[in-house]
Amino acid sequence: MRSDAVVLTVAFGYLALLFVIAAWGDRRAEQGRSLIGSPTVYALSIAVYCTAWTFYGSVGRATQFGPSFLLIYLGPTLAMLLAPFLIRKMVRIASAQRITSIADFISARYGKSSSLGALVALIALIGITPYIALQLKAITVSHAVLVNYPEAAELRLADEPFWADKSFWVALVLAVFIILFGTRHLDASERHEGMVAAIAFESLVKLAAFLSVGVFTLFVLFAGPGDLFGRVAASPELAGRLGLDAVPGGATGWVGMLVLAFLAFLALPRQFQVLVVENVDERHLARASWLFPLYLVAINLFVIPIAMAGLLLAGDAADPDSFVLTLPLSADLEGLPLLVFIGGLSAATSMVIVETIALSTMVSNQLVMPLLLRTRRLHRGGRGELAGWLLGIRRVAIVLILLLGYLYHALIGDAYSLVTIGLVSFAAACQFAPAMLIGMYWRGATRNGAALGLIAGTLVWAWTLLIPGFAQSGWLDAGFLEQGPWGLAWLRPYALFGLEGWDIYTHALLWSLTANVGLLVGVSLFSRQSPLEQTQAALFTEAMHPHLLQTSLWHGQTSRGELRALLDRYLGAAATARIFADQDGEAPGDERPAAPALIARAEQALSGALGNASARVLINSVVRGEALDLESILSILDTTSETLEVNRRLEQQSQELARTSEELRAANERLRELDRLKDEFVAMVSHELRTPLTSIRAFAEILRDSQALPEEKRAHFLEVVVKESQRLSRLIEEILDLARLESGRLTLDPQRLDLVALARHSVDAVHHMQEDRGVALEVAIAPQAAPVVGDPDRLEQVIINLLDNAGKFADEGEPRVRLSLVRHKDHYRLAVEDNGPGIAAEERERVFEKFHQIQRPGESPEKRRGRPSGSGLGLPISRGIVAHLGGRLWVEEAPHLGGACLVMELPEAPAS
Amino acid sequence: MAKVLVVDDEPNIVLSLEFLMQQAGFEVVTAEDGESALERVAEGTPDLVLLDISLPGISGFDVLERLRADPTNARLPIIMLTAHGREVEREKGMALGADDYVTKPFSTQALVEKVKTLLAEVP
Repeated sequence: MRSDAVVLTVAFGYLALLFVIAAWGDRRAEQGRSLIGSPTVYALSIAVYCTAWTFYGSVGRATQFGPSFLLIYLGPTLAMLLAPFLIRKMVRIASAQRITSIADFISARYGKSSSLGALVALIALIGITPYIALQLKAITVSHAVLVNYPEAAELRLADEPFWADKSFWVALVLAVFIILFGTRHLDASERHEGMVAAIAFESLVKLAAFLSVGVFTLFVLFAGPGDLFGRVAASPELAGRLGLDAVPGGATGWVGMLVLAFLAFLALPRQFQVLVVENVDERHLARASWLFPLYLVAINLFVIPIAMAGLLLAGDAADPDSFVLTLPLSADLEGLPLLVFIGGLSAATSMVIVETIALSTMVSNQLVMPLLLRTRRLHRGGRGELAGWLLGIRRVAIVLILLLGYLYHALIGDAYSLVTIGLVSFAAACQFAPAMLIGMYWRGATRNGAALGLIAGTLVWAWTLLIPGFAQSGWLDAGFLEQGPWGLAWLRPYALFGLEGWDIYTHALLWSLTANVGLLVGVSLFSRQSPLEQTQAALFTEAMHPHLLQTSLWHGQTSRGELRALLDRYLGAAATARIFADQDGEAPGDERPAAPALIARAEQALSGALGNASARVLINSVVRGEALDLESILSILDTTSETLEVNRRLEQQSQELARTSEELRAANERLRELDRLKDEFVAMVSHELRTPLTSIRAFAEILRDSQALPEEKRAHFLEVVVKESQRLSRLIEEILDLARLESGRLTLDPQRLDLVALARHSVDAVHHMQEDRGVALEVAIAPQAAPVVGDPDRLEQVIINLLDNAGKFADEGEPRVRLSLVRHKDHYRLAVEDNGPGIAAEERERVFEKFHQIQRPGESPEKRRGRPSGSGLGLPISRGIVAHLGGRLWVEEAPHLGGACLVMELPEAPAS
Repeated sequence: MAKVLVVDDEPNIVLSLEFLMQQAGFEVVTAEDGESALERVAEGTPDLVLLDISLPGISGFDVLERLRADPTNARLPIIMLTAHGREVEREKGMALGADDYVTKPFSTQALVEKVKTLLAEVP
């Protein structure tokens, strides 16, 4: 026995977490930083398709009917593969028409027919209630199993008073929860960003929970797939049960189940809600079309292994629908069963939340509001009052829908297994598919056809699936199942018109869809559409090509003469003549009727000059007879849908523009900065060049003008001229190096070389110079060889520069310099340090700036005299060269001598 | 004998100026940065200053400003020497009260002439 308190605490904690996520999502949406603007979140929200039915029931179905459960997921996969065509069109239509639910969608397609909308809402309510019941049942059963294990969970539903029934309270808690974040405010688009975020999170939770059980079963209870399958193979009866031929109804059963799942995926109110209504960007479909099927694969991966394991370990006595829970329970685990329970809870709650919101929207918008509006009482209220009403109705609807679900669960929930209830609802949702899908592609489908098809299909569904369900749970005499009503055998629910031997769902689907589609098409062919219906039909079927809508929307009549006069007035005679060009023998008083195509052409021409709306009004002013009624004109003039789309695009473009201009501004700023740096550089270069040049010119002139110069002075001055000339050419060389480095045109000759040899060579090169200055040079090279890739001349230049600098800045009295080479990880580090005053921490990066002259702290000018001053380019060049070779050069405190230490690091050459 | 103070941080330039001024018959004192230049002036006012602008520590402009701030040196002839040669700097130097402005590299003869002229003007 597990503590009920713990389980309840965890469950409520989980619901609270969901609420926090939802509230956060709503907050972010209000701030305009949507959480759900990601295709991944969109794909995860579609996974609301996987309910408790998937979570617990798939295993149950697998134990009975083998891999047929997979068909329930192949259908949606098929639908998602078609998403770029089918679902994209649905999304496009829904956003243009501001559709709030599937009932709204169907009603809008057939001329905004409120009766059709009400019909769809009603059927959805009847058909989906069992599905909600199923989720309640799953929560209650899983809770009972968890708490009572190892005793069998006993559910005495109908015998108990309802207040003792946990699922009643589950329903109420969920109702409160859904009211809290499903009807917080009204939104024109009926989007619930917070809810979608919470649903996406739930999808992750249920997947994680299911995968955990799978891995546990396969690798903890059994020693991997080999062990499990081996043991199943040893039992032929078991192996046969899980084989392909266990699918009920054979091949037709396969096809039937596939079609059922395909259509239901598109037409279930909650799927329509997440797929279409909650879609924020149709480009999200691209990722969802592969990510969602991938999700389905993941969540189905372990169904068969769990089913096998359950049958092997628990046998037939146990309820297969609970294997997911009982397997980890049987291993005496604490945490995993709780995780599974939460996984199941997340699967069930996500379904109930979305489904209830979708249904309550339908009930309020399609059933209750039209009735209230008819009473006219509401017309007097302002918008705010109306919104209050709407929210109130929705909240009541949510409570009622959940109570309905509870009642169904309490009264007949026991007769069916989880999967069976789910399939009954699937078959009901399928009845919406013909009206929706055919309506999207066939302009001729009419309201009457759709309504009659829906009614007929639903009646057949009720007769072949729903009523037998009632009968099997003992509410009706089950005799008619065998003999047919009043002894009419051809009316037997499971064998209508004598069609026997089929799986009951395929059977029901075949007959209900036949009736549905047959009436829809048949009646449509013989009934007429109202003008608004025609307009809407055109808007739906041509949703992807709105520009084609210009033609054939005009069914009124006008004379050619009148139309001509109108065009003349606005476009001039020449343009009018062109429009009428192919019609010869025109006279101003022509009384012949104008063809619809001509009217359309005229409207197009007027649109070009005056804009769509005005053109529409003008044409309407001359078109008589069966003109569009006021509402259709308004719906056309109400360019909201178009404007929304245009606005969205404008918004995008303006964002792009803002981004571009920001980028341009930044680039401009960078260029200005570069320009400033260039000016600075040129000024510095000129300054540096002028300095030696000044000495050279001055002494040259002195030598020229002063004939009577003592020989030693003359020699000294000449020596200065030579030295300064050398300094000048060195400087020019360095400036060129720097320019090459910065423009990336520095030609290096990288080759494999030994840094040890190079270091020794450099030391030799500076040796006598250092000796002249009395510098004590110490060399500490650790490795035997240090293979690196580099340009030997350039690297030597760098090392000599470092040694030279160190000599200059070493202590005046007793100058010491130390060169060391060590291996550091897969790099070699060559460090040159001195015993001078060192470089202050804040100066350490600045020494690599161009023309930066290192000043010794507190150095008196006298002391500086005679010390050769550098150009301030050596270190920047050295760093550039080292960087080009993939290494680094930096300053740190000297570890041995206490002064400055320059470290060059180069990567080790790959073994040749 | 007139005394000329040469202020520059480049030893070879100081050397050349020292020689030129001595050859022209002036006594020469030298300084290598702003601080010591001010010290030299304080030790014994020179008759003319050749002042480089880019000096370590306080710059030639600062030296000029400080010298001019002292009334005793208000009329001391000062020639600025610069390797920058930018018009703005010339204007700045003149605005701060320099008597002349010479761009490096300079003509030795012209410089000596300038020095002589300025010294002749001094009462």
